[in-house]
Amino acid sequence: MISGIQIQYLGVAALWTVGLTLMALIGGSILGFCIALFRVSPNSVLRYLSVVYIQTIQGIPLLVLLFIAYFGFSIAGFNPSPFVTVVVAFSLYSAAYLGEIWRGCIQTVPKPQWEASGSLGFNRYQQLRLVIIPQAFRIATPPTVGFLVQLVKNTSLASTVGFIELARAGQILNNTTFKPFSVFLLVALFYFGLCFPLSLLSKKLERSLNVAHR
Amino acid sequence: MTYVFEFSDVLAAWPRLLSGLKYTAELSAAGIVFGFVLGTLSAIVRHQKLPVLNGIVSVYVEAIRNTPFLVQAFLVFFGLSTLGIRLSAEFCAALALTLNAGAYTCEIMRAGLDATHKGQIEAAESLGMGWPAIYWHVMLLPAIEKVYPALTSQFVLLMLSTSITSQISAEELTGVANIVQSETFRSFEVYLLVGAIYLALSFVFRMIFWVVGKLCFTSTRVLGPSS
Repeated sequence: MISGIQIQYLGVAALWTVGLTLMALIGGSILGFCIALFRVSPNSVLRYLSVVYIQTIQGIPLLVLLFIAYFGFSIAGFNPSPFVTVVVAFSLYSAAYLGEIWRGCIQTVPKPQWEASGSLGFNRYQQLRLVIIPQAFRIATPPTVGFLVQLVKNTSLASTVGFIELARAGQILNNTTFKPFSVFLLVALFYFGLCFPLSLLSKKLERSLNVAHR
Repeated sequence: MTYVFEFSDVLAAWPRLLSGLKYTAELSAAGIVFGFVLGTLSAIVRHQKLPVLNGIVSVYVEAIRNTPFLVQAFLVFFGLSTLGIRLSAEFCAALALTLNAGAYTCEIMRAGLDATHKGQIEAAESLGMGWPAIYWHVMLLPAIEKVYPALTSQFVLLMLSTSITSQISAEELTGVANIVQSETFRSFEVYLLVGAIYLALSFVFRMIFWVVGKLCFTSTRVLGPSS
């Protein structure tokens, strides 16, 4: 069977998975927030650009996106560590999905809210900051947590460009122990331990926000 | 940046990329069809809360939905072979995709089935329809129609995730790209081209689903106030 030290090895790798997810979430949130604002902007050029960005990123597999980032950095003359490469690629990826999710949330805020705040003399920035975003934030929480589950799972692809996280650690462990079934089952259990609480949280938040329509 | 783009070597491998594309399309189709069947059956089990099966199906769905597809593919490909079941990479890829798609389809279809109005079932019963007919005409078909948009975006995601099967040596588009880049060393060009192909393919998929939706669901006109 698998020894304690090997399980510990996977545990440390799981921390890298968590770290990578958090970095991607931060990067993706900042960029994704801008994308969402562009998407609802009155300026048609900004709107168009954000649509192209979202459609492009969502139409390419993350694996290919990772390879493009990995080789793109090197031909641009940079030589970043695998960590920087995957964080950049995952941020670009999650920005497209979060941008689209948050766009939907901003647009669910009823239109009279815009009109009422406009008639009170708020400018667009004040409308967004004081009226729209606080309401959209509540709606946005469950799907964002849901996307976080996707993100945790998708960080497993970082293993393909040499970043050692949970999936890669599993491969390494498999190469030394030749017990793929127990190793990958354990890896799957680790992922399950990370994702399942988030899935439950997302479902719970959805239910508690949906009180009015139950 | 003094990099010179050189696509000629990559374009010379065009026939192989095309066969990879064909394989990607086949894998996606297999995953969609079998995943849909598996997912719909699972959704019926969960919706009806069939005694023992419900427990098994919910464990299956939660296990698949909370672990990465990459690890599932590894488990199917490497895991099954250590258990004495030797299968080709192609078959394992299709199997893993089906299992994965089945779990997601189950959740989507269950939402559709749950949305059936009780009154509609009662109306069908009072018309003397038998249970199989009620299930088919009143519950399942309207459920598919309701969740069709969610299903299609899940299927486009499934098509994109076929790229992951390259990691278990299935020679679909990304798998071919990996081979071509290791032969030509034109990595960036290969992946740019492949990325563009995937982008085009996802548009084609969306178009196909749109057309299928238009052809299949001709009854979308709303009679009276919609619920």
